[in-house]
Amino acid sequence: MTDYRQKYQMTPVIGWLLRDRGGMILLSILIAASILIPVGNLIVPEGSALHVPTWMMSLLGKYLCYALLALSVDLIWGFCGILSLGHGAFFALGGYAMGMYLMRQIGDRGVYGNPELPDFMVFLNWTELPWYWFGFDMFWFAIVMAMFVPGLLAFVFGFLAFRSRVTGVYLSIITQAMTYALLLAFFRNDMGFGGNNGLTDFKDLLGFSLQSDSTRASLFVASAVMLGICYILARCITNSRLGKVLIAIRDAESRVRFTGYRVEYYKLFVFTVSAVMAGIAGSLYVPQVGIINPGEFAPALSIEIVIWVAVGGRGTLYGAVLGAFIVNYAKTFFTGVMPEFWLFFLGGLFIAVTLLLPKGVIGAVPAFGSPDRQSVLAGLRKRISNGRANQGGKA
Amino acid sequence: MSEAAEIKIEQAERKEARANTILYVDGVSVTFDGFRALNSLSFYVEPGELRAIIGPNGAGKTTMMDIITGKTRPDTGDVLFRSDVDLTKLDEAEIANLGIGRKFQKPTVFESHTVFDNLLLACSGGRGVFQALFHRLGNAEKLRIEQTLETIMLVDKRDETAANLSHGQKQWLEIGMLLMQEPELLLVDEPVAGMTDSETEQTAKLLRSIAIDRSVVVVEHDMEFVRDLDCKVTVLHEGSVLAEGRLDHVQKDPRVIEVYLGR
Ligand SMILES: Nc1ncnc2c1ncn2[C@@H]1O[C@H](COP(=O)(O)OP(=O)(O)OP(=O)(O)O)[C@@H](O)[C@H]1O
Ligand SMILES: [Mg+2]
Repeated sequence: MTDYRQKYQMTPVIGWLLRDRGGMILLSILIAASILIPVGNLIVPEGSALHVPTWMMSLLGKYLCYALLALSVDLIWGFCGILSLGHGAFFALGGYAMGMYLMRQIGDRGVYGNPELPDFMVFLNWTELPWYWFGFDMFWFAIVMAMFVPGLLAFVFGFLAFRSRVTGVYLSIITQAMTYALLLAFFRNDMGFGGNNGLTDFKDLLGFSLQSDSTRASLFVASAVMLGICYILARCITNSRLGKVLIAIRDAESRVRFTGYRVEYYKLFVFTVSAVMAGIAGSLYVPQVGIINPGEFAPALSIEIVIWVAVGGRGTLYGAVLGAFIVNYAKTFFTGVMPEFWLFFLGGLFIAVTLLLPKGVIGAVPAFGSPDRQSVLAGLRKRISNGRANQGGKA
Repeated sequence: MSEAAEIKIEQAERKEARANTILYVDGVSVTFDGFRALNSLSFYVEPGELRAIIGPNGAGKTTMMDIITGKTRPDTGDVLFRSDVDLTKLDEAEIANLGIGRKFQKPTVFESHTVFDNLLLACSGGRGVFQALFHRLGNAEKLRIEQTLETIMLVDKRDETAANLSHGQKQWLEIGMLLMQEPELLLVDEPVAGMTDSETEQTAKLLRSIAIDRSVVVVEHDMEFVRDLDCKVTVLHEGSVLAEGRLDHVQKDPRVIEVYLGR
């Protein structure tokens, strides 16, 4: 045991990554997928059983973006207890930054053929580009903004909220209010982001057509790689002493304060990092789905992200990724077969997971549960008998 | 004598009273929704002193600690550390970093961390975000943690998750975390609640040994324990000091008998 601890503390990042079983599995899958899926799409001929259709590759790419978004939420919720119900806002802002670049790429191929102005601006009789659209004709600038804008918003928002010690339900509510306010703002035509239609009709990215299979394959690979990189970064954070402080804040915030840590700075740090990751996810998402509109700011979507994390298993990072895939696959399935039941299913799933699998799907897999973990059934039995005991006690 | 001269003499006296204190609480009052939890409370702790504070439930003992550690702001009064640092202007983290450690009434440790990590997080040193991000465990730190584990009698629980400790062990762990902070002044709220007799005895010994090179203020109800501490006792009642002195002495005080010991 002593020996293990010594190694654990002394070896570099690679050492503990190798011991992070869930992480290794995730990274291996990501590496395999980013090789096999593009090969299956681009090289394997269409008739073959191994061919991966483009729609499927794009769908998986979209899931990867959701997975990165879920990862960013797990980093703050699972490890620091900050339940953000507004992370969709950071995702959408990242998406808008990329969308603005894609709009500028359209150039004079729009309906109105204006080389400078996107169609919706011509339609509004605007004569010149608003100042905040400057620079978005450059890809690097859009990428920087996709990270900077969500990061800045999170920093300012977090600074105010954490300094005033807003926590728990109150914090969740104001994050909802934040994304709702942005939803209303982006709906307005005179904001200059295309109003309720948002930004769409994208043509190409860095000169490559968004319709071509090879561009789509590249976007898929980029999403997988970014998810992998962000996973490793998040793991670096959670495994550091800083990560231990975050967990301590989650468990006993005032104890951390009386130990001499400035809790608000720690929260601010991880909240900002998380928002940047959400922004990156949004910027990868938009070129793959071909549209960004204010609907992405909808408060309900932000709540859904939290459900992904809860379903997969909070506080594990890879659980969040798994949860995003499970729930979104179910969503795709349901909206195809019986769309009217989707919300019932989502609500039911959330309740079922909270009651039966408090540690999420990951927690139910023996290899990933904690050593003193009980089997799902035993846990359920205990809950039921506890419930009886409580009722008995009250009567 | 003129009035001005009188004030001057009074100020000089107060300054002298303050001069050799590690903790100086003077005329502190605090009101919660009209309820006066502390009522012009004054007491002083000298460097290296071990002090027990007793008093019935609701006397304001915990509130007093809240005031000293920056959790609650007093309505009026002075709270000075090392006779010149005004604690009423600082927040919890600043006060902790000045060298005041606090154990809560309800033992509060980081439940999902191991005993070792609990001590590591409390270890004095950089508290900055980026310092924490790039921190590597050094040998000196490790040595200190090992020593503290021995002091708090938890060597064999080193890698145990804190949630799995007994109530008494959590109390010790929390005291150990205070020690890791290397405070000059420890405020310990009800350290032996929920402990067995032998654990209580060990804790008294532990606190006495800690008080050799630090100042310690202990709040406790357990009279046997307070007797074991063998130190000056302050009796609080309705937010102010009722009596002060050796335990035998205060136990004979009729007012103390009336409000507290007699019941
Ligand atoms: N934040 C608060 N708001 C309102 N009332 C409070 C608050 N904190 C303490 N009080 C009240 O102040 C009084 C003193 O409480 P305090 O906790 O300091 O007592 P105590 O001496 O520590 O008692 P015990 O021995 O039970 O721990 C109590 O009547 C309590 O109800
Ligand atoms: Mg108390």
